[in-house]
Amino acid sequence: MTQAATYTHPATATGLDSWKVGFWTFIGSECLFFGSLISTYMVYKGESLVGPTSHEILNIPLTSISTFVLLTSSLMMVLALAAVQRGSRRGALLWLLLTAWFGSLFLGFQAFEFTQFYHEGLTPQKNLFGASFFVLTGFHGAHVTVGVIWLLTLWVLALRGRLGRADALKVEIAGLYWHFVDVVWIAIFTLVYLIQ
Amino acid sequence: MAITKARAATVTAGPHARGGIWSWITTVDHKRIGILYGTSALVFFLVGGLEALLIRAQLARPENGFVGPETYNQLFTMHGTTMVFLVAMPAAVAFFNYIVPLQIGARDVAFPRLNALSYWVFLFGGLFMNSSFLLGQAPNGGWTGYVPLTGPRFAPGLHIDFWVLGLSMLGISSILGGVNFITTIINLRAPGMRLMRMPLFTWMTLVTSFLLVTAMPVIAVALILLIFDRFFGTSFYAPAGGGDPVLWQHLFWMFGHPEVYILILPAFGMVSEVIPTFSRKPLFGYAIMVYSGILIGFIGWGVWSHHMFATGLGPIADAFFAIATMIIAIPTGVKIFNWLATMWGGSLRFSTAMLFAIGVIASFTIGGISGIMHSAAPADLQQHDTYFVVAHFHYTIFGGTILGTFAGIYYWFPKMTGRLLDERLGKWHFWLMFLGFHLTFFPMHWIGLLGMPRRIFTYYDELGLGSLNLLATIGAFTQGVAVVLFLWNLLRSRRHGVVVGPNPWNAATLEWSIPSPPPEYNFAVIPEVHSREPLWERREATPAPPAPEPAIHLPPPSHWPIVVAFGVLLTFGLFLANVWWVPLGGVALVAFGVMNWAFEPGH
Repeated sequence: MTQAATYTHPATATGLDSWKVGFWTFIGSECLFFGSLISTYMVYKGESLVGPTSHEILNIPLTSISTFVLLTSSLMMVLALAAVQRGSRRGALLWLLLTAWFGSLFLGFQAFEFTQFYHEGLTPQKNLFGASFFVLTGFHGAHVTVGVIWLLTLWVLALRGRLGRADALKVEIAGLYWHFVDVVWIAIFTLVYLIQ
Repeated sequence: MAITKARAATVTAGPHARGGIWSWITTVDHKRIGILYGTSALVFFLVGGLEALLIRAQLARPENGFVGPETYNQLFTMHGTTMVFLVAMPAAVAFFNYIVPLQIGARDVAFPRLNALSYWVFLFGGLFMNSSFLLGQAPNGGWTGYVPLTGPRFAPGLHIDFWVLGLSMLGISSILGGVNFITTIINLRAPGMRLMRMPLFTWMTLVTSFLLVTAMPVIAVALILLIFDRFFGTSFYAPAGGGDPVLWQHLFWMFGHPEVYILILPAFGMVSEVIPTFSRKPLFGYAIMVYSGILIGFIGWGVWSHHMFATGLGPIADAFFAIATMIIAIPTGVKIFNWLATMWGGSLRFSTAMLFAIGVIASFTIGGISGIMHSAAPADLQQHDTYFVVAHFHYTIFGGTILGTFAGIYYWFPKMTGRLLDERLGKWHFWLMFLGFHLTFFPMHWIGLLGMPRRIFTYYDELGLGSLNLLATIGAFTQGVAVVLFLWNLLRSRRHGVVVGPNPWNAATLEWSIPSPPPEYNFAVIPEVHSREPLWERREATPAPPAPEPAIHLPPPSHWPIVVAFGVLLTFGLFLANVWWVPLGGVALVAFGVMNWAFEPGH
């Protein structure tokens, strides 16, 4: 990945790696994507014709735990990047796996929550709350899933000894993505769960 | 600036197939991808143009029965969708691809394979949408796809499915393209190519790319919600379930207004290259031209509801959007005046490219003025959904974008092929198209003000609009003749055009410093830039030849972009099966392709 930016131009005009510039741009685009989904949720808040609605069904204590899990995974991500930058293979293996594990744990919580809601009669077809809630959190969950696969791929690379200090940028980009997905969840948790 | 004479550099790359279809399928060369974009846009232009001619044939006389209302709905929907998403945008992207890396002194774009992916996703999306004609179920809800007209209740069948799924693919393509060009322009500039030395076309590409990455995700959400309504029975836009169709209008136009600047800014960029070249003068007020382009991009985000004055948003919203819309005319007017000032006192050469560029100034100004008329909300209520609006946006999109793109084609064709387009045929093309264009769309101002609504397949004789409509139809067919002349010119000149050197127009920017057509690696030696018009610089002493560069390494071709793009096509196409898990097959192919992509050697 690092080579991709450098084969034509040994140095970039800004001194920043092209992957980083490109990825920040992509994150900007993603902000508009989630911004639009969150706005849709907000304009439809309280507009459902039938129940169950948010305050009847959302389980704040449970989601607080899953939020905590996801936020912790960001810390693991930071440690993973630090380990790769130090050139510590063992550290990289440990922290990458833990990040992916905490991410999967979050997805497990989400799967449990979705099933629970389904049994309590909330589906995307049921009302506007269900539709906007499932689409918003579903797309966030899909992003987390992509992140977990990405992290596990890096973990396999580390396992084969192909994630040395020179590859730190790969981990840094994955980290950018992971932290972004985390920040989006903070917005969702605040706007959907805490402020009802 | 002695770069063309540099000794042949060593080029190393993977196993490059030089010819044959496989080399085009796997290419990651920005110039080839540019040609692919341009050719595809041209083919879609013929399709969309044919649809326009059928529309005009139907409207040639009152109560005509040439095509029925069903077909007519499909024709105007696909005409609009095609011209916006499959012609104007990819034609601009063709030049982003071919010209921008050359203008900034780069050897490729920042992410060559991503570039190929953007193209293939665009192509598959366009073909997918148009394949609906084979089933007789082409989209029929207008290019703006207003719900509830496009919701599951009032639009059964596959028509809108094709539209919403195809458009989603085009959105993905545009976001990836935008990311690529922002990175390319920010990061791959040659030494000395400061931001305020970049050619205007590169600047407008940068602004357009920012609009692409910010506007496209908004329509993506609009489309996703419509997909959920249509395929999974949600009620985002269905009043019966509490949903609100106005949400669609907001999301669509929040994308849709930046979109019109996505369409026009590249053409502004092309005109800003052509006019200085054929006036033998540097662009008047370069800095203010750059700033007004940026300002148009910014304000373009705050005017979307002027499309919705008739929706009834209330006086405060209407006033805000009316004022914002009037303000955006200022930077646009600045551009018009600066072009005129560039020509003032210049030694003008009326080549075909120059004629088209001047045609843009004349025509776009008319479209801009009718736009100001729309910005007054009370007046807009009279004009809304009439042919006056049709006249307005064709004056901007055809008079601006399409004429501007033709200016770009005549200007850069010699760079791409090493041959000139025939100037005599070109002038016939220009005059027929220019007159045909005004003949088609100028009468529509009256047709609209006299009360003929758009998107209706016929009109009564008593309205007295027969002769004006006939005039418009004659104009449309005149343009058809012009397009045939252009095609003939294109095919003939590609083989028999006058052979030219690196800089046939004596232009100032970097792309003209290298051979025509450029070698695969573009620049044997990366140039060093000292001014805005590097080729017009007279330097006392030729600088010492730069130190020989190490071997140029170009990325090898890759077939993974087309594999991933095919996965994207499957993902969206398989929605038509209407079983929720079937599209996951496409997702799996995307994942497989991306994994192989990530570990492809040589990249």
